[in-house]
Amino acid sequence: MTSSSTPDRRGAAVALRAAWSINAQGFLAVLLLPWLVLSFALVVVWVGLPLLAVTLSGVRALSGWQRRLAGRVLGTSTSRPYREIERQGLLNDLGVRLADSATYRDLLWFFVTATFGLALGIVALVFFIILPLGVLASPVMVRTFLTVGSRVLQRSDTEAMAVRIGELSSSRAETVDSQAAEIRRIERDLHDGAQARLVALSMNLGLAEQMVEKDPDLSRELIAESRQSASVALTDLRALVRGIHPPVLADRGLVGGLQALALAAPLTVDVDVVMVGRVPAPVESAVYFAVAEALTNAAKHSRARSAWIWLRHSDDRPGGGRLSVTVGDAGIGGAVATPGGGLHGIERRLAAFDGTMTVASPAGGPTVISMELPCVLSSEKI
Amino acid sequence: MRVVIGEDLALLRDGLIRLLRAHGFEVVAAVDNGPGLLRALVEHRPDVGIVDVRLPPTFTDEGLRAAIEARNQVPGLPILVLSQYVEQLYARELLAGGQGGIGYLLKDRISDLDQFVDSIRRVAAGGTAMDPEVIAALLARPHAAEPLAGLTPRETEVLGLMAEGRSNAAIAGRMFITEKAVGKYTAAIFAKLDLPVSEDDNRRVLAVIKYLDQ
Repeated sequence: MTSSSTPDRRGAAVALRAAWSINAQGFLAVLLLPWLVLSFALVVVWVGLPLLAVTLSGVRALSGWQRRLAGRVLGTSTSRPYREIERQGLLNDLGVRLADSATYRDLLWFFVTATFGLALGIVALVFFIILPLGVLASPVMVRTFLTVGSRVLQRSDTEAMAVRIGELSSSRAETVDSQAAEIRRIERDLHDGAQARLVALSMNLGLAEQMVEKDPDLSRELIAESRQSASVALTDLRALVRGIHPPVLADRGLVGGLQALALAAPLTVDVDVVMVGRVPAPVESAVYFAVAEALTNAAKHSRARSAWIWLRHSDDRPGGGRLSVTVGDAGIGGAVATPGGGLHGIERRLAAFDGTMTVASPAGGPTVISMELPCVLSSEKI
Repeated sequence: MRVVIGEDLALLRDGLIRLLRAHGFEVVAAVDNGPGLLRALVEHRPDVGIVDVRLPPTFTDEGLRAAIEARNQVPGLPILVLSQYVEQLYARELLAGGQGGIGYLLKDRISDLDQFVDSIRRVAAGGTAMDPEVIAALLARPHAAEPLAGLTPRETEVLGLMAEGRSNAAIAGRMFITEKAVGKYTAAIFAKLDLPVSEDDNRRVLAVIKYLDQ
């Protein structure tokens, strides 16, 4: 009997504390309710707008508390179900909130809390006083209330999926766009570069062949010219290949690739890269080019004399491994990701792999660009 | 002069063999993969090994690794590495042993036959032959690290040409100065890089190594 009564008693203690919290939440909701009604009423004369923003923030904070409480008592995970606000500003802020279905779920549960929740909390507390009824019934009541609450307050699976699909569609569209642009660039480079030079080369050789007896001097000159074109064509092709898939990356993987980048950069670069195994080739390539871009930026704009690259891979999280890369310089700072700029390019490259980039670059420096992307290492040796 | 060739593309391998024979070299072995290359280099101990970076079975830097391993087993074994592209990282690895007898050139350079043959002989004699592209990348760094910062621009230019493997006479020709002036520059470079007094060839190699390590 004692062994089974222990968890019961603990469950009852948790429920008792939760009942107190529910009561407190109910009281808070009752206090907030008139302000909410007032601000809605005043929206017609504009002064309601800032008031509404404040009260909605209150509601949101209360909902956050409720989600955390439910998560703790029920042992479930909690997440913020709200849409991201991208631009600052009171009206914009309010607009996004009013268009967010999570706001209305918050309000629905807010009214339930202000009425039924408060009542339930009081009843549960009263039951606890008339033991043993409370020990049996109150935990059930509290848990049921919290379960329903967390259902209402969490984003539904369908909604979460819709948001995810939206993210994937836009990152896919960007990937396809940038790939198409990349292929066009390669085609143009080949057409105007190596291809054109090979045409000139074969023309010269043809002419030299004809002239070899009539005018040996001219043919010698033509052959020398052809050799020149061949070597320029090779230089063009080398540059192009480096832009598509750097050979050193194929040879040595990301670790060697980043070391080579550091050596080739026009500033002194410290490399601190630790990774056992190799990441998938597309990720290698994305990270390589992202770091290359970051270093180019540092060399061009930061006025720094040195920079550093730091890379680690961790797979201790349940959701799989994560690759973290940071590129920093001790320059003048002030770097921002402008559309079409180099930093924006990095962001786009990484988004295709669900990766993110953050830039910390206060005026006066230093600039630190942090990139994170989910990926699993293969056991293949470097 | 006995040569071992490691090149997997038949077209290039046959071309190289033909070219080398025409210039009086003896090709004792021509292999097309990394493990075979290592064996051939260690077994034949050629006067110079001419090696492609990318070889089967992995088609990565198999040739480079075989060359470095061969030099571990046979210290100072002269190797000329050829590649479609040059990487400073690899140049440093090749010179990491602190010994000469190392060349690292783009395959394009073969087309200038006189210079290519000259490079082979220089490497065989224990000198260095670094591709101008490696040197150019080094010169492009505006903020060179400390030990080389003391060099004047002219001295840096001389050092770059030295790394390419040019003789004092050739450097003089390139820079339109007298050979004596080149001698003065090299003496200044050796002094500034704090290189011990020894035979000139060895000091040249050490200077190049310092240069590439910056």
